[in-house]
Amino acid sequence: MSDRLIKWLLWCYLGLLLVFVFSPILTSVIFSFNSDRFPTIPLGSFTLKWYQTIFDDPDVWSAARTSIFVSLCTATLATFIGFCTAYTDYRYGFRFKGAYLALALLPPTIPLIIMALAMLAWLSKLGISGRAWSVVIAHTVLCAPFAMGIIRLRLQQIDPDLESAAWNLGASEWSAMKTIIVPFARPALISAFCLTMAVSFDEFAVAWFVAGLNKTIPVLILEVLQGTTDPQIYAIGTFVFLTSITLVIIAQVFFMTRGRKPTAPA
Amino acid sequence: MNRPDVYASTWRLPVIVWQCLFFVGPLLFMIAVSFFLVKNYRMQEAFEMANWSRMMTRGYFWDAYWYTLGLAAASTVLATCLAFPAAYGLAFKVSESTRRWIIFLLIIPFFTSYLVRTFSWYVLLAESGVVNAILGKLGFGPYTMLNSAFGTLVGYMTLTLPLVVILQTLSLANVNRSLIEAAHNLGAGRMRTIFTVIVPSAKVGLIIGAVFCFILSFGDFVAPYYLGGSKPPTLPILIIDTTKSGQQWPRAAVVAVVMMVTLLTAAFTAITMAYRKRR
Repeated sequence: MSDRLIKWLLWCYLGLLLVFVFSPILTSVIFSFNSDRFPTIPLGSFTLKWYQTIFDDPDVWSAARTSIFVSLCTATLATFIGFCTAYTDYRYGFRFKGAYLALALLPPTIPLIIMALAMLAWLSKLGISGRAWSVVIAHTVLCAPFAMGIIRLRLQQIDPDLESAAWNLGASEWSAMKTIIVPFARPALISAFCLTMAVSFDEFAVAWFVAGLNKTIPVLILEVLQGTTDPQIYAIGTFVFLTSITLVIIAQVFFMTRGRKPTAPA
Repeated sequence: MNRPDVYASTWRLPVIVWQCLFFVGPLLFMIAVSFFLVKNYRMQEAFEMANWSRMMTRGYFWDAYWYTLGLAAASTVLATCLAFPAAYGLAFKVSESTRRWIIFLLIIPFFTSYLVRTFSWYVLLAESGVVNAILGKLGFGPYTMLNSAFGTLVGYMTLTLPLVVILQTLSLANVNRSLIEAAHNLGAGRMRTIFTVIVPSAKVGLIIGAVFCFILSFGDFVAPYYLGGSKPPTLPILIIDTTKSGQQWPRAAVVAVVMMVTLLTAAFTAITMAYRKRR
């Protein structure tokens, strides 16, 4: 077979794959504006009534407030913990470092349903389950490794001589951290904040188990799904999609930011 | 270092404290819970084998176990095979910037609600849904696609395929190009080059992709529940049913521990295979 044909076939295949990946996303956006109760083709007429329904629903508003609270707190904590871990890995070598990194990075490899059950049992034992804070605690565990990864990649690009130069010029470790490391890592910190926020905003299994009555948006979706097949799910889903995608694009933009060298004080 | 180094500890300790309290703690406690008892709908701390012997002797538990294992294995093989041509194309046949764009597109699904996407498949694949309507125009069907292993696998692919493609692409892109050229110069055909040069060189990345696919499929409850009809239930569905309706946390913990052991065994075997030296 000729190279052109192969290339053409691979492009078609890639196209099909993207269709498979994006068709459920497009479906949800399209049918959120469709008037028929059961979504099929041919389409009904254009409508905003599903958006109207969720806009008038106090449950949706309270879930949205919980989600925003949870994801903001999670992003803050996860980014802080991720930064501490990334800096430790960047700067120090010590015994048991392998175990240290495993402890920090393993959470995403545990199935969410298992984390959900373990968290529910443990947080109930400690007497702190069923609150919005319970979700924050659990989500921070799940999100911190992502923050660590992003920030670690950024610290990789720093010139290691910069920090020692600052010490030689008399700066303490703390002020070198403040004037060199943190400014250099700032784009990655913002990027990690947005990404962990997006992850937390979407997570439903653990939130469903530990949230009690403080439902987040994904938990609300899960519960609506168990009852009905109602297109208002698509309207909520479209909002969630817009929120997440905005966060991801901001994260991507900051992640791509080229290293701006910290300027020397005059 | 004799004096405790305050500066170093400030950065080192947060993750240790947090993960011990809220990651290792819960997992170890869950193992303990699997030995607890439930009396009058209240959990009592105990050390009894009752839950274990009950679950291990129930037919429905083993049915669920083998069904889940089979589905997750099928999903892993399917995702690995479906992703490979795409990853091959992305790694070798497109420009650097195209590759970056498509990878960016493939990251997007991770941040859209998996629940909503599953529900989309539910209406797309329904008896009177969009897919059957299109097939009907072409003179096929209608087919029953929901409430079957097929439906579950569509859900698993939705969850895992983008990740597997990304991981495979990254590992294929790192294959040494001069090895491939050498194979071509020595007269190896395209297929022979793929299977004797490219796949072995990218083995670690390919296996890591497969392991992630297995973990995600094995632990997912959404696809088997909404698209597979939960008949028979998978292990994650069993966990939810026993936790949510029966308040039987200890029995759910037994299921969860069995799942963990299975995953650890699978992951360990795969990683050992990945790093074994080629003869």
